[in-house]
Amino acid sequence: MRTVVAEDQALLRVGLTRILEASGFTVVEAVDNAPSLTRALADPTIDVAVVDVRMPPSYSTEGLVAAIEARRARPGFPVLVLSQYVEPLYARELLASGEGAVGYLLKDRVADVDGFVASMRQVAAGGTVLDPEVVAGLVSGAGREQPLERLTPREREVLSLMAEGRSNAAVAARLFVSEKAVGKHTAAIFTKLDLPVAPDDNRRVLAVLAWLDGAG
Amino acid sequence: MPLQPIRSLRPAPVDGDALVERLRLTAVSIGYALSMAPSLALAILSILCVPLGLVVVGFVLALAVVPATAALTAVHRRVSGGLLGETITTEYADTTGTNVVTRPVRWLTDKARWRDVGFLWFSATGGFVMSLLPVAFLVSPVIHLIGVVVDGGAFWWLLVLLDGPLLVAWWCATPALVRGRAVAERNILGHSRVEQLERRVQAIAATRAETLDHSAAEVRRIERDLHDGAQARIAAVGMNVGLAEKLIATDPEAAAELLREARQTTVSALEDLRSVVRGIHPPALADRGLAGGIEALALPIPLPVTVSVDLPGGLPEPVESAAYFAVAELLTNTVKHAAAARAWVTGGMRDDVLRLVVGDDGRGGADPTGHGLSGVARRLAAFDGTLDVVSPVGGPTVMTLEVPCRTSR
Repeated sequence: MRTVVAEDQALLRVGLTRILEASGFTVVEAVDNAPSLTRALADPTIDVAVVDVRMPPSYSTEGLVAAIEARRARPGFPVLVLSQYVEPLYARELLASGEGAVGYLLKDRVADVDGFVASMRQVAAGGTVLDPEVVAGLVSGAGREQPLERLTPREREVLSLMAEGRSNAAVAARLFVSEKAVGKHTAAIFTKLDLPVAPDDNRRVLAVLAWLDGAG
Repeated sequence: MPLQPIRSLRPAPVDGDALVERLRLTAVSIGYALSMAPSLALAILSILCVPLGLVVVGFVLALAVVPATAALTAVHRRVSGGLLGETITTEYADTTGTNVVTRPVRWLTDKARWRDVGFLWFSATGGFVMSLLPVAFLVSPVIHLIGVVVDGGAFWWLLVLLDGPLLVAWWCATPALVRGRAVAERNILGHSRVEQLERRVQAIAATRAETLDHSAAEVRRIERDLHDGAQARIAAVGMNVGLAEKLIATDPEAAAELLREARQTTVSALEDLRSVVRGIHPPALADRGLAGGIEALALPIPLPVTVSVDLPGGLPEPVESAAYFAVAELLTNTVKHAAAARAWVTGGMRDDVLRLVVGDDGRGGADPTGHGLSGVARRLAAFDGTLDVVSPVGGPTVMTLEVPCRTSR
């Protein structure tokens, strides 16, 4: 898988490149600033990008902006955004840039190499991966207590995991229940939250996120 | 020769000192009274300037009259200020960058210039009378005696009878009259209380804005330092350890190498954190107060620095911190630009003013308006502090910072 790594901290750039190379990705280019990233993403043979939010020249959200730009030019282009902090606001901007194939994780998550690589593959395959921190922020967001209170604790767990972008199978593995049980929970959640039934995992995730992010 | 303040307004017993004092004040009164002539002339001309401004001659007149008035009022400010034991200050509107046409227009709208005109009229009228009285009280007996000797008429004898009361009046009223005139001049020529407060508020608003900017910039700097330093390094440690964990079974060599790297990175992450903490609140300052903090500052400086700072404990913490960082900045400047062989820091507290002097024997020519030094001055201004830089080309450079503050002990 042809990958671009964008990270201004040399240590982390090297670390990311190592991890991806060790896991069978081909790092075509590792860049340390937004203009180079934009240039690198113009290459249509790139399959996926890992991008730091903050980059030179101005150290604000260049990485995020460049990623969203690239997705405007290539709708559905898979981008995994990494950051020292996760901002629900940035997650929203990223999600608004099209149908899935986005990820937004804390840099700390990379330390769990297998989990990080799995997230990369999921994003590259068109899935959505959100950091539990973002999801927690969305779930505990103000003004949405009422409908969420109708969920059982178990259903809320399922909702959180689903919002992180996990498939039913992954949620089942995580909670040590059968996939069928998860299916039941999700059905219940969708009914209680009055969500449209979606054909595949990712659409469902996006629906959940839209609900969490919206007025509930 | 600076004028001595007026000692007392109370009638004093007749002795040598009191006599000398009254004679001195009478001499000042003569001067005050003499200023009537130029005052009246300038007063009339000043008023004429306005209608004549419609033609060219008014501008020409103003360009002569206004500076002359300023010169006269400057003398009066000095004299009256000296008599009252204070400094009478005023500030005219800034006329830099004006030409002969726009300058008189600027003067026209300057309150301080109009106060000068008001003074001219006072000096030519009421003030003149006030200053004439002490002189008249003292001089008339002399004239009467001369009249008696020369003419000898009954009329002169009558007048001589009045001399006793006149001399008593001179003795008692002179200090009050002179002081009265000085106070009147202060009130006309000096800043009014409201104006002083306005200026103070302006200054405080400016320094407050500076302070807020500075602290916002500091917070941004700290956030940035943490983000780019310790946080990134710790994240990198996590990545390396994670990868090592993955490789340990398949490639133990590489895993060991990654772990070694991770260990080194934790060391530098801690260094980063330490330097951030030092930038927020240096441990030496926290543990030992300002004097200890300055000693600690001087140690790593690559030239010999003599520190002799004698400070009481209990200085307000914000002042200590500001002074510490100011000295740090000044020493850094010295190292960077002065090419000095040695430097020194001295200082102490006197009359509720913290004074620290940073000096060096380098090449001098430090620019107090430069970025670094003006930044230090601005930060001290938040505490009503000042930075005074004396740095002739060829050195030595002496930088004095003063911050008024009270110890809590």
